[in-house]
Formats: sequence, structure tokens, C-alpha cells
Amino acid sequence: MHPDPKVADPMDQIIVQILNGLDKGSAYALIALGLTIIFGTLGVVNFAHGALFMMGAFCAVITSKVLSASHKVVDETRTDFLGNPLQVDVFYVQQWFGESAGAAIMDWAVPIAIIFAIPVMILVGFAMERGLIKHFYKRPHADQILVTFGLALVIGELIKYTFGANPIQTPAPAAFTGSLDFGVFLGYEAQTIMYPYWRLVYFFFSAIIIASVFAFLQFTTFGMVVRAGMADRETVGLLGIDIDKRFTLMFGLAAAVAGLAGVMYAPIVAPNYNMGLDFLVLSFVVVVVGGMGSLPGAVAAGFLLGILESFASMPVIVDILPGINQIIIYLVAIVILLTRPRGLMGRKGVMEE
Amino acid sequence: MTDQTTQTPVATPVRSKSAKSGILGLTSKDSTLLMIIIGLLVFAPFLLNPFPEGSGMAQFNAGYPDLMQRFVIFGIFAIGFNILFGLTGYLSFGHAAFLGVGSYAAIWSMKLITLNVIPAIIMAIVLAGAFSWVVGKISLRRSGIYFSILTLAFAQMSYALAYSVLTPITGGETGLQIKNTDNPLFGSLNPGEIGRANFFGLEMGTSYELALGNWLFTFNLGYYIAAVAMLIAFYLSIRIFRSPFGIMLRAVKSNQQRMNYTGLEPKRYTLWAFVISGMFAGLAGGLMVAMDTQVGPERMFWTASGEVVIMTILGGAGTLFGPVLGAGFIKYLENIVSKINKEILHQWFAFMPDGIEDLLVTMVYPFVGKGWHLTMGILFMLVVIFLPGGLVEGGQRIAGLFRRTKSADKES
Amino acid sequence: MSNSNFTRRGMMKTGAVAGAAGLTLPTYLRADGHAGFTNAPGDSEVVLGFNVPQSGPYADEGADELRAYELAVEHLNGGGDGGMLQTFSSKALDGTGILGREVKYVTGDTQTKSDAARASARSMIEKDGAIMITGGSSSGVAVAVQALCQEAGIMFMAGLTHSNDTTGKDRKANGFRHFFNSYMTGAALAPVLAAQYGSDRKAYHLTADYNWGYTTEEAIRASTEAMGWETVNSVKTPLTQTDFSSYIAPVLNSGADVLVLNHYGGNMINSLTNAVQFGLRDAQANGKNFEIVVPLYSELMARGAGANIAGILGSQNWDWKIENQLGAKYSGTNAFVQSFGTKYGFPPSQAAHTTYVQTLLYADAVQRAGSFAPCAVVEALEDFEFDGMGNGTTLYRGSDHQCFKDVLVVRGKENPENEFDLVEIVEVTPVEQVTYSPDHPQMGGAEASLGECNNGA
Repeated sequence: MHPDPKVADPMDQIIVQILNGLDKGSAYALIALGLTIIFGTLGVVNFAHGALFMMGAFCAVITSKVLSASHKVVDETRTDFLGNPLQVDVFYVQQWFGESAGAAIMDWAVPIAIIFAIPVMILVGFAMERGLIKHFYKRPHADQILVTFGLALVIGELIKYTFGANPIQTPAPAAFTGSLDFGVFLGYEAQTIMYPYWRLVYFFFSAIIIASVFAFLQFTTFGMVVRAGMADRETVGLLGIDIDKRFTLMFGLAAAVAGLAGVMYAPIVAPNYNMGLDFLVLSFVVVVVGGMGSLPGAVAAGFLLGILESFASMPVIVDILPGINQIIIYLVAIVILLTRPRGLMGRKGVMEE
Repeated sequence: MTDQTTQTPVATPVRSKSAKSGILGLTSKDSTLLMIIIGLLVFAPFLLNPFPEGSGMAQFNAGYPDLMQRFVIFGIFAIGFNILFGLTGYLSFGHAAFLGVGSYAAIWSMKLITLNVIPAIIMAIVLAGAFSWVVGKISLRRSGIYFSILTLAFAQMSYALAYSVLTPITGGETGLQIKNTDNPLFGSLNPGEIGRANFFGLEMGTSYELALGNWLFTFNLGYYIAAVAMLIAFYLSIRIFRSPFGIMLRAVKSNQQRMNYTGLEPKRYTLWAFVISGMFAGLAGGLMVAMDTQVGPERMFWTASGEVVIMTILGGAGTLFGPVLGAGFIKYLENIVSKINKEILHQWFAFMPDGIEDLLVTMVYPFVGKGWHLTMGILFMLVVIFLPGGLVEGGQRIAGLFRRTKSADKES
Repeated sequence: MSNSNFTRRGMMKTGAVAGAAGLTLPTYLRADGHAGFTNAPGDSEVVLGFNVPQSGPYADEGADELRAYELAVEHLNGGGDGGMLQTFSSKALDGTGILGREVKYVTGDTQTKSDAARASARSMIEKDGAIMITGGSSSGVAVAVQALCQEAGIMFMAGLTHSNDTTGKDRKANGFRHFFNSYMTGAALAPVLAAQYGSDRKAYHLTADYNWGYTTEEAIRASTEAMGWETVNSVKTPLTQTDFSSYIAPVLNSGADVLVLNHYGGNMINSLTNAVQFGLRDAQANGKNFEIVVPLYSELMARGAGANIAGILGSQNWDWKIENQLGAKYSGTNAFVQSFGTKYGFPPSQAAHTTYVQTLLYADAVQRAGSFAPCAVVEALEDFEFDGMGNGTTLYRGSDHQCFKDVLVVRGKENPENEFDLVEIVEVTPVEQVTYSPDHPQMGGAEASLGECNNGA
């Protein structure tokens, strides 16, 4: 009774890919948001931003490992593969909080990691800014790119050394495994459009964060000063406002945004040490397409490119244009850079020579 | 009326003794540098194998054919990149694409035309130059970070195309090798025989080993061919640096707008700089294939471009010798330091008491062996932060220290 | 890397210093005039080269391979408990090294890239004087290094490489492979798939966009279509892809009811996780349960995939439980597991097993041939039948240098006891069912040939 796949209703394919694109786009948008904040406020090109995203993902990994810490107890009744008495793992959280509470804690490691990641990432952002980036304000952009690129390499290597080279599975809480039958909301029959719960959660989570950042910048005095500083740093300084401290805080905020994006992304793609460099290229393309220095542009470009990438992976399209799924993002970037150099929503004159 | 003005002799420009008194149109200072380079290249087998075979330090010997070839090939790559970045100030993350194009061109020349390396190298240079002209024309419309992102995008696109789309030409992920079914036009292969790259009949792997006592030195034909190429590349880069064209490029780096206002056209010069650096990259790619006849798309991945950026900066961007130094340094790290594993560390520290030995091994281990990337990243960051002129600047500072102490001694 | 003590001693000792004739010899290194082959070892030592991925997507497999190599060298030199030397059917090895020479080794990092792998192999050949190169976890790399060794006149004993091409269209005389290949996987899996899932199934293939992916897809398609399955679609995924959601999303509505993941390593872990997240394991299609098949996986990958591996069918070259489950036919398994487990604390993977066996087989061949010269070793290995190495009776076929042995069909356990016991053996396909003729179209057809063995000098 199932329709022939080649003439299946294309609409549900398209809807799934839109969902997928929004979900991928959320990650891109969050990273691009952080990058643009840093560039707009400090004028620094931060090639280490992908590494911050990765550090967030590894915060989730660390939380998960810490919560699953165990000690070995010898169980004489069972044997291991060599025939010796089996050593069984007994989890500390289960010992302290009882078996079901302990299991629940371990299960919810990723959301718990959010609480842990926010202060850690803000601290990391502070350390990066005060320790390294501060010295590069006056230096040319090329130097900033190079030193942050080096930092990204070093962070990746440190993570590889600590956690090994293989991806580490960090599953979402059991309540969120499985998929939502999205199709029924749109009037399709059951089981035609399924989408994983966690990815929908991720999308809403990132929407909340983006909204909070915008609200913060729009509705608070602090945010107003930062926006003024982004528009004209010199004048703000002349008005007697200490913009440096606020910018440092914004760096911390940007790092926290990237870190949170990473924490929630851990169940979607198992974190590994290469994540930073993979997302780096993408995040810069997104920022450039959206317009360096434009926050709404970065977010819009993130979602747009996510959706484009999703659509380009559809088998129907790959058949017509082989390889398009891999190069679509770069093609779009090239076209935008050539025709509208300030990006979709960039401010005129920003780095336009 | 007679002319009452005193006849002042027309001032003849006093040519300083050092200008243009060297060889081949170079200043004497540059000629000295060139002679030093020639000396280093010719005597590399001696210089790179200072430790006797069988001694504990023998693993630090870098004088085997593969590594020596890599030193000079990546030296060429870095010299070319330096012309674009060090001289003109444009940071390109896409040069690996030209390396790849050069390699593919060279191997196709070997498959189709002849197994002689010279035509292959020429094909590599020409095609890489053409490709870089196209990429440059598009990328150079923007500058600064936009230019870097454009070149990055092109590199990744080339990689993706080579990997999945243009597979008949590039062989996809498996890459291309000389097969026994290849029969080039000007070749005399027996059916079923796998051709080998050669230089008018001599194979690249031909080596002569000289043993003096406990020391072993390898003289490899492939290395010397590549060294000659690097010498020519180095000479060209000196000429470019010292020529009016080089001055124009420096003008582009210092202030493009001002240059525009004086009526000069920066775009033309930058495009030429881009194409020249692309051709150097193509030469390097062609030589890579000549030495080791295989090529894969990973040669075009953007991290390979990142490698040459690191080499140039580490050595000293904008200097003549810096890129070569940086290339040698990174390749040494990659090939020698990465081979140091725990056993070797234990051997080194074996003379210490056990506890200290283990502690030292644990401290050193993350930075050697497969952790060599970490060492490279840290060194790179240190250079960018503290020593922007790279190792060359470091060397100059140290030399300056000695000169100061010498003059201080003189005065006292 | 050990002290490469006097590996090119032959030259030094015979005082080949003034050998002007060396210039005209087309060799990588001038070999000992007496021995007539590259890197002829001296009287006291022989150096083996272990070229494994220590970074990149297969770093874990590479690490296990290295552990197995070190264990093999220990056993060859007479240390440890001898491991498989006691169960091996050929008794030529006696723990005194190879032909009386102590075995030393050097290691290199292939980074799972052909360029780096070849550079590392060349360094081991040219600088350290390795007489044999072995290792690897990717077929592209294996093919590249095999070609290099053929050119250099060095023996290549393949590690973990599963693509048909390594002993198919890219076979070389100096190269040997013990690990099974895609064709064998297809031949072994298809009957089990038909028995478990029925013969009226529609398959959707997601294939890693490189050499191994293609040959595996081809093999599975050929064997399942012969059983009556229909292939609905086949999509190539980039090797560097980490998020497969856009490829998984169309699967449920495509009309297929089986998803075949022709992925390995990190790809497989991610794509399987994504597939399970999208609810494919619990879905229904065409009135049947939706199933996922992963033609090749290993215990390490199963560990990486975690709970997602439960119920997934696949194939393996060997499993540490096989002798316990299926008896003394597979002797050698427990001896190896005991050695490896005692030394490292966990059971060995199939990557470790194949590399350990390859090292022993090479040493044994040299011992039997009485010489290190590649052509002599090749002759000793061709059509060599052996037993006691954990796979039952195995033949190293001479026409394509591939080992023929029983193939395991495995499935992820629903309730694993611990992280080393994630996979259960479903069935063992006897070797006759997975044997093919050397000129099979999937293996390069009639044009594929080994060429001549190359001694290098």
C-alpha cells in the first residue's frame, strides 16, 4: 500500500528537511551569534570559537563521566572473560542517593551539565580574553586569526590527549529518546513525519537563548552600553564609560553561548576532538554571509545555511547535482561575498575594502 | 652672454659597493645568502645526519631521502606562500588547492605523456598557475578576512569536488597511482609493467650511500632534483623581493588605499602575486608526485593550507629564509618528533632513578609522539604572541645580543 | 621505535663505501651485495615496521593493533606465555626471534591519510631499515602503502582492510591480507539476513563515499538481491560527515524497510545513533519491523555506539568468544585472549587479532623459507594452509594473497553484561560459502593480477 518512493509525496520530505535545517541551523546560529558578539564588540576575529563550542560539548562529557563515577566491587558469583572473578561497577551516585534517584541523575547528565557549563564557559571566556585576546586588540586581523587558530589547535590537542581520539557517546535523557510524530500535527497520517524529540528540544533551547541574548542587549542598561560600544567604541570611551570591562563580560557571554550550544549538541553528535575545527569553517562562513557585526544577520544566516545544507542533502537533489551537499555552503558564501560583501544584514563599511 | 653658472658636475649616483656586485644580478649580501643556501642544500646529507648509526641519538637523524625531499618541497611551497602573505599581506587559507592541482596535473602527465619528471613538473606549474589565476580573480575582489574566507571556501570546494564529484579525473578518495595499465605516449613500457617516475632514465629513488666510520650519509637523486628546483625558487623569490614589483607588493601590504590614490592599480599586482604563489605551490605539488607517484584529495584539505601558514609564520613571514626554516622545522617535528614513543623516552631517562624517570616520561610524553601537534600548536602560538618575526627574528635577536656583548667588551 | 641497531650493517660490514656502482642501481637503498634484496637484516636483529593510525577516526583500532603487534614481538622473542605459538599448526617458530635474529620494531602514524601513511612507511623503510611493513585501518591507506612496498621491494602484511580492492583489483605480489573482505561479508550475511528478516525486503543503502564503502555496498547488494531483496535507493555520504540526520530523514518514507549502513568507525557510530534517534528501530514499514544492518563492525565500534547496537546484525573476522562458544575448531582464540587479556586487561578486538596473526604468519614464512628475501617469503606464504590461529583451517590463496576462512555473523546484544560483551555470535558461515574465483568481477575481473614479486635489488 506504500507509495512508490520515487513519487512519494514530496511535501513530507520537504517538511522533514526544514525541521532538520532549523535544527542544524540552531547550532550554527548560536555559534555565529557568539562570534559576531566578539567581533562586533571587541573587533577581534576569533578562530577559536569552534573550540569553545567543543569545550561545551566536553563539559557535558565530563559531567556525564563524573556522575557515572564508580568503584569496582568484586562479585565472586560471576566471572570475567579471563575466568577471574568479575569486578562490577558500583556507581557512587547510586550509593549515595539510592538506586533509582542515582540512575535518574546519571540519565539527566546532559541537562545537569548546563548548570555546570555556564560558569565554566564564562570563566574560560574571561581567561581567554584577559589572558590572550586583550593583547591582540591593536594588532592586525591576520595576527588575531593566527593566534586564535593556534589556540584552537592547542585546545583540540589537549582534549584529544585527555579524552582520546574516539567520539564519546553522551546520550540524551531517556525521556527524550525516540521521535515525535510530527506529521499528525499537520494532518498527515501517523508515522509519516517523525522527528527526534531531542532535536526539537535543541531548537527550542537555542531559540530561548537567542531571544535572551537579544532581550539582554535591547532591554538592559548594560546591553544598551554594549550596543553603543558596538556602534562607536571611541565615543563611548569619551563619554567616560569603561567599555573594556563590559566587553570582557560580553566575551564571557559569547563563550557561554557557544558552550551551551555545545552542551546540548552532545547527544546529537558524539563529541570528539575534531569538532572545533569542523564547526570553525562553517561558523565563519555563516558570520560572513550574515554580515560581520550584525547579530540578527548572524542568526538569520545560521538558520538559512542550515536549511540550505539540509535541502542539498536530499537524494533527489544530489542526483541532479552530485556533490552539491558538500559544497553548497561554500558556493553560497562565495556568491554572497562577491555580490553583497557586507552580507545579508551587515553594516555598510565594515571591513569592506 | 656666457653662462655664469658654475659648472657643477652632474651628480652621478654613488653606487654603494654592495649593490649589484654579487652574482646573477643580486646584491652581494643576497649572493652570500644564496651561497649559504647552496651550501646547505648540497651538504644536507651531512648536516642532517650528525649522529652515528646505532647511537642513542640516531633517531634524530633527518638525512633519509623521504624527509630531505619533503624539506625542500615544502620549502618551495612556503616560499611561494610567503610572497603572497609576507610580502603582500594577504592571508590565504586555500593554497593547498594549488598543491593538489599541481599534483594531479603531474600524475596525469606521467600517466598519459611520459614518465619523465620534467614535463610533469612543467604541467603542474602551468595548470596550478591557471587555476590560481581563476581563484585569484574571484577572491581578490575582497581583502582582509573576507579574502581569507573566500580562499578557504575555494579550498574546501576543490577538496569536495576532487573527493566525490570529479572522481574520473581525481580517483576520489583512493586517489591516483601509476597502474600497470598505464601506457604513456613517450614511454617504452612492457605490457603489465608499472612505470616509474624518472629523470631522463634515472629513477628518483637512486641513492648512493657513503659510510664514514659509524656515520652513514645518503645522497639521493630525487632530493637533488628537488633541491635544484628549490634553489631556482629561492633565487626567484630574492629577485622578486628586491625588484620594483616587490616594492609594489610591499606598498599593497602597507596601505592599499594610498596606493590607489597615487594612481597605481593594486589589483594587478596582487593578482600576479597570487598567481606566482600558486605556481610555486604547483611546483611543490608536481615535485611531490615526482618523488612519490601517488596523489589523494586530502592534499587539498584546508588544514594542509593551515600547515603552510604555520610554516611561514613560524619561520618568519616576509623574510627570505624564514619560510624555508619554518618548513624544515615543521617537517622535522612531523617526522622525527612524532616517532618518539614511550619506549624511547624510557631509554633516554633510564639513567635517572625510577621515580624521577617515570615523572619525566609522563611530563614529556604528551608533547612528543602523537602529541606533536600539541607542541606545534603551542610553539606557533608563542611565536605569534612574542616573536611575530618568527624564528628568523629570534635568530636576529640572539645575534644582536652577541653583537652587543661584543661591542660592550670592546668598549670596556 | 627501538634503537635501529645496525640495520644496514650488511653494507657497513662488507665495506661498500667505495661502491661507485651503486649510482646506477635503481634501488631505494643499495642492498647488501650478497643478499640481493632491500634492507637485508644483519646477523643479530631484524626490524619490523608497524604503520598504524594513531590519530584520526580509527585511532582506537590503531591503538589495539599496536598492542597486538607488541605482544606478537614479545612472543616471537620468546617472552610472555607464547600466545598462539602453542596452538599454531606450523611449529617452525621457537621463540628465538626470526631466523635467530631478535625482532625489533618501529612505529609510525598513518593519521588515516594516504600521504602521511606513505611518508611514515618510507621513513621506516629508508631510515629504520624495516624489512616488513604492516598495519592500517583504512582500505585507501592499505592500497597506497601496499603499492609503495611493492615499488620498494618490501613485504606488506595488511592490517584491518576490508575493501575488495586490496586483494582484488589493486592486489600486489608483495602484499598479503588475512582479514576478510566485502565480498565475503556479503556472502556470509545474505543467507542470515534472509533467514532472519525474510526474502521480501526493500533495502536502502547509506554508503561512505570512498573505496571501501563502494565495494561493501556492491557486495551486499549483489548477495541480497540474489536472495530476493530489492534495493530501493543508495546514497553516498561524505567520509567527514558527523551528522547524518539529513540522510536518515528520507529513509522512513522511501518505501524501504531495511537500512544498510555501509559505514565504519566514527561514521558508523554517528549514523547508527542518528538512525536510532529518528526512531527507525521502532518503526514499521511495509507491514514489517524496520531493520538496520551494519555489514562490518567491531567490538570497539559497538562500544562507541553503546546501546544503539542492540539487535543490529553484522559480520566480523573473529570474535574473542568464538572458541568458548563453538569449540576447539577455533583453537588459538583462548590462548590469544589469555595473553592479551592478562597483559592489557581487556579482550582483544578483531583488529588486534588479525595484526597479531599476520606478524606470526610472516615470521613463520621467513623461518620456513630460510630467507628474508621477499620473493622467498612470498613463495612460502602462497597456498599455505594453517590452523590454530583462531579462525579454524585457513588457506592463504596464492592467486590473490587472500586468506580464506570461516566468517562470523554477529548481532548486538540486547542486554550486555559489560562493555566488552556487547556482541553475540549468531552464526559462522563456513569458508566454502564465502570463497570466490580470483577473477570474480567484484575483484577486478580477469585483468587483475599480482604482478611479479619485488626483492628491491
